[in-house]
Formats: sequence, structure tokens, C-alpha cells
Amino acid sequence: MTTELPQNIKSGSSETQIDKSTSSWLPPGLALQKVDERIMTLNVGPQHPGSGHMRLIVQIDGDYIVACDPDPGYVHRGEEKMAEYRNYITNIPHLERPVIHDSCNILYPYVLGVEELLGIEVPERAKYLRVIGAEINRCIYIMYWLAIYGIFLGHSTMFMWPTGDRELLIDLMEKMTGARVTHSHFVPGGVRNDLPANFEDVCLRQVNYFEKRIKEYAAVFYDNPILISRTKDTGVLSRQDAIRLGTTGSVLRASGVDFDVRKKEPYDVYDELDFESIVMKEGDSYARSKVPWLDMMESCRIIRQALEKIPKSGSVRVKLKPNPKGKGFDTVYKRVESGRGSLGCYIVSDAKPEPYRLKLSVPSFRNLIALPYLLKGEKLGNMPSVYWSLNYWPVEADR
Amino acid sequence: MSSDSGKPTTDSKPDSKPDSKPDSKPDSKPDSKPESKPESKPETKPETKPETKPETKPETKPVVKKPEEKSVELPEFEKGISDKIVEKFGDKVEVAFVKKDRVGINVSRENIHNVAKFIRDGLNYDHVESVSGVDYPQNQEIAVVYHIGSYSDPSLARQILVLSTTAQREENPIPGNDATRLPTLRDVFYSVEFHEREIFEMFGVYFEGHPDNRRLLLPEDWADLPPLRKDFAIKGR
Repeated sequence: MTTELPQNIKSGSSETQIDKSTSSWLPPGLALQKVDERIMTLNVGPQHPGSGHMRLIVQIDGDYIVACDPDPGYVHRGEEKMAEYRNYITNIPHLERPVIHDSCNILYPYVLGVEELLGIEVPERAKYLRVIGAEINRCIYIMYWLAIYGIFLGHSTMFMWPTGDRELLIDLMEKMTGARVTHSHFVPGGVRNDLPANFEDVCLRQVNYFEKRIKEYAAVFYDNPILISRTKDTGVLSRQDAIRLGTTGSVLRASGVDFDVRKKEPYDVYDELDFESIVMKEGDSYARSKVPWLDMMESCRIIRQALEKIPKSGSVRVKLKPNPKGKGFDTVYKRVESGRGSLGCYIVSDAKPEPYRLKLSVPSFRNLIALPYLLKGEKLGNMPSVYWSLNYWPVEADR
Repeated sequence: MSSDSGKPTTDSKPDSKPDSKPDSKPDSKPDSKPESKPESKPETKPETKPETKPETKPETKPVVKKPEEKSVELPEFEKGISDKIVEKFGDKVEVAFVKKDRVGINVSRENIHNVAKFIRDGLNYDHVESVSGVDYPQNQEIAVVYHIGSYSDPSLARQILVLSTTAQREENPIPGNDATRLPTLRDVFYSVEFHEREIFEMFGVYFEGHPDNRRLLLPEDWADLPPLRKDFAIKGR
């Protein structure tokens, strides 16, 4: 591996040198910068309907983007700090707030980590229930993302269809967990509740219909020449750079790196299920937008298999004490594949009811580093498609 | 592990030769699978009483170094990784733990750059997944923990190397202008760029050589303590 950094990377910051000649030393970032006459600076967000709670400081020369400096943090809520003040059970509801659409998956590494700290073995039925919940949630997240991707490109049908079809799965999760979006379903030791009666049949029916529906998106969206002309060959991320920038999830797999945590480091029962990890070679916006869609079809396969293989009865939860404590001073790092990519949770436990430190290593934050790189030299009109193809969720990145 | 003690000790250092299989080329085919994992499924014990377990060792001081108690059967592949690092750097590094798929290395701030370079060039790790700071006011230090993984080497796909170092902690921090400093790893692993910016604002650890130590998530005019330090208290708690 060569040691040189990816070319073209200019994260807006690299030219910011701290000017120590001034009498009072300014903190980094507050020093004045020289302005070029040709370059116009454009603020996108944080109130932009598309960008979400995120500001992009874009410098343009005519129609071309010279540099882009992402400025997240508008929804920083200090989840990690809050976690240090709550015990392992009461941490559950607030930890899923960063991505309420994907709330099962963002809790997953935390729950796995706490189980490893406590040394609990989870009942088999609970493992399958978790996989079902996680896969339904993955679809719910991707549908929401896809809807916004559609409206970003001015394709309002692609906004309506996923938003409507998403309801199927939301209803399913409501049946399963009792809540439409913030389920708080995964707990250390298993899942909170068992399935309601007759859930398997309803689930199978809805998932089959859902799969049929998303296949229809090809005709209206993925094979649409307008979409193809707008996203093909824009924002190309090469395989080398995808690795070096440490991207994850659909961004990484669209650049030809086969890395799916469900395959590479299977957790719960993923090693007993048969599915593909979707990889595309192109690395452009089109590939990045297609990988999640194909992921959903694999999710449907997984759900069907899990419904078949799940033990028909049995416990779904190991009962814990109200304030579980770890086994002495210990650390654990667990990761899962969420709707956006590998999601890690690092817990430092000091044998108290609360974690000593909890860190969420979220895929949106990890993929953000690719944005300045991809946008440089791109036309301003391509910015929305490149930005949203990164599968970026601002609230998650800020935590 | 105690990721806090940056002082390398020699007691827990394994000495045997690395016995893992040689790492394959970094640019092997992306679809080659890692070795299938042997994680055997224990029988479901629905009504296990976990009450006995948490009470085993309630250590009062959180930063007391836990002795290597699991040294009965260390996973071989992971042992090989840690042995390679120890062989190269001797007592400059300290093996914090060797668990299934996880290897923990403690290193002092003077050596972290060289160790990281070796991890990248010699062991084929290629990206950093997560950089976490952990504040230890008791020891007057702030630990910075890098979780390093590999995409290009299929045999390392399951592995996470936990590289941790410590920075000196100041009682009254002036972020960026005090002794809480570490060398940056951005020139080794490009992917740490935003992570290190986050550590700087949240813990006040200034990364020397990082081209961009601006705030990332906090407001630019934040004037309080770095908020993830332990002495920054949430109101009402």
C-alpha cells in the first residue's frame, strides 16, 4: 500500500493554517482566511430541506465545486455523555434516537456489547427475532432514504412510492414491538416481547408483497434514463480511496469492496442464513444508490428464512437484574451492519450500573469524510445526488 | 483492559514466535471469504440466572489494571498478531488483551506513530473505524483509543486492533494550547481526520500535525470545558 494520501482531497481545511503571528492566539478555525475573487462561497443548509440538519460550505468557481467543507453538529445531542449517566437498561430508549428509522440496528451493537460484558447467552428464538427486527428496520430506513433521494432529484413519484410502501413494514414493526418507529425492542438478554399471535403469516405476506413492490422501482427509477444520466459517473470513489478513507456500508460496497459485517463477522444467527452481500464496481452515485435497493431484496430473503428457521417456542429474554453491572473493569467493541454500514459500539465498563464511557462509531460519521473528496471538481447541480448517495443521516453523525 | 496506562510493562508480554499464517496480499479479490468462524452455539438456557455473574469482581477503582486472567487459551490467530507487534517493538508496547477477534495494544505517545505505521505496512490494517477518548481524572490522563480494521486483507476481516495511547490531562484545560497533546495519525490512516477533530473538541486533546484541528460538532464559540471530560457535569445529574 502506498503511503500517499488520496489525491484531490482538500477538505476545505487543509489550507487553514493557524496564524500565530497575531498577538492573541486564536483557536483553530477562527483565524481569518484569504479570499479569492473568483471563488464564491455558498452555504447549503442547515435549514435546507434536503441536506437535513447539516451545513455544507461549498466553494464554487462558476459552476464547479472547488472545495466543500461539511459542517455537521446542528443536532448534536450528546448521546455519549448522556449514556454515562444512565444505567445499561435506561440507556436503551435514548440511544436509538440518532436514527429512529433504524432504531433496531443502532441498538444492536450496544446490546451485543452489554451481553458480552455480562457474559449472557441469548436464547435462540430471541436471536432470530432480532434478525427479523433488524432486517425489517433496514428496509424501513432504506425506504425513507430512497424517498428523499427521489425528491432530491426532483422525482416525486419516487418520493411517494417508498413513503407509502414503507408503511407496510412500519405496521409490521408496530405489531411486533408496539411502536411504529422507536421500538426499544432489543434489550440485553434478548428482545423485550415475544411475537403476537399469527405474526409469522402476516409478516410473510407483507414481506412478499413488499418485495414485489420494490422490484417495480426499477422501471420508474433505476432504469430511468434521466436518473442514469444524472448519477452515472458522478462522484466516483475508487476502490483504493474507499478503503483509505475508511468508508463503510453501501458506499464501500458500491466501490467494489466486499465488506458486509453480517458476512465477515456474523453476529447472532446471520451465519446460518443464506444471503448475498451486494457489491458493485462502479463507485459512482448510481452504484451507491442502487446497492441499498438491492440490499432490501436480500433483507426480504433473510426475513423469509428467519421466519422458517425460528424455533416455534421458547424464551425470548434472559431476565437481568434491574441495574446490571459489568464484570470488573472491561472494554468491548461490537459492530453490526446497519442500513448505512458498519455500526460499532465501544463500551468501557467499570463495574458500575452505568457505562464509564460509551462511544458509537456511526457509519454516517465515517462516510462523511468522503464528501469533500467526491464533490471536488463536480458540478454544483450534482451536489444533491452525490451528497445523498453517501447514505448520510445527519442526526446519526452528530449523535 | 486498562487502556489508560501508557507506561509499557513487560510482565504481560508474550514471547513466543508468531505462529499465524502469513497475511495475504492487500489487494486480493474482494469477494474472497474469510475463514468461516467456528463460533459454536451453546444450547439455549432460557432461565439462566445471571445474578451470580455481575457480582464476581466489583473493583472499586475503575482504572486498576486487570491482570491477564484469560491467558489459559488465547486465540491463536490473534496471538500471532500481537506477537508480531511485540517482536518488532519489544517493551515499547504492551499487550492489553488478546480476545476473540480483538487485540489490544497499549503504547506510549512517543511511539504511537511508529507502531501505527507498522500496523499499516507490516500487518495490512488499512482503516480506522473509530477513535474514542476516555477520560481518567484519577490517573491524570486521557486515553485515546483507535479501533483499526482491514478491508483489503480477507484474513483480517473479523479482526479489530485496538491501539490505545494516553495524553497528559490538564486540570484547567486550554484546548489546543496546553500539554494535552498527541501526534496525529492522519498521515498514517487518512480515515482518522474527522474522528480526531471530534476528540479535540470533546476532550481537548490537540493532535500535533493534524492539518485541521477545528471544531466539528460543537459550536465554534464553545467556551466551556470539553464536554466529554468527566468534570463536565450534566445539569441535574
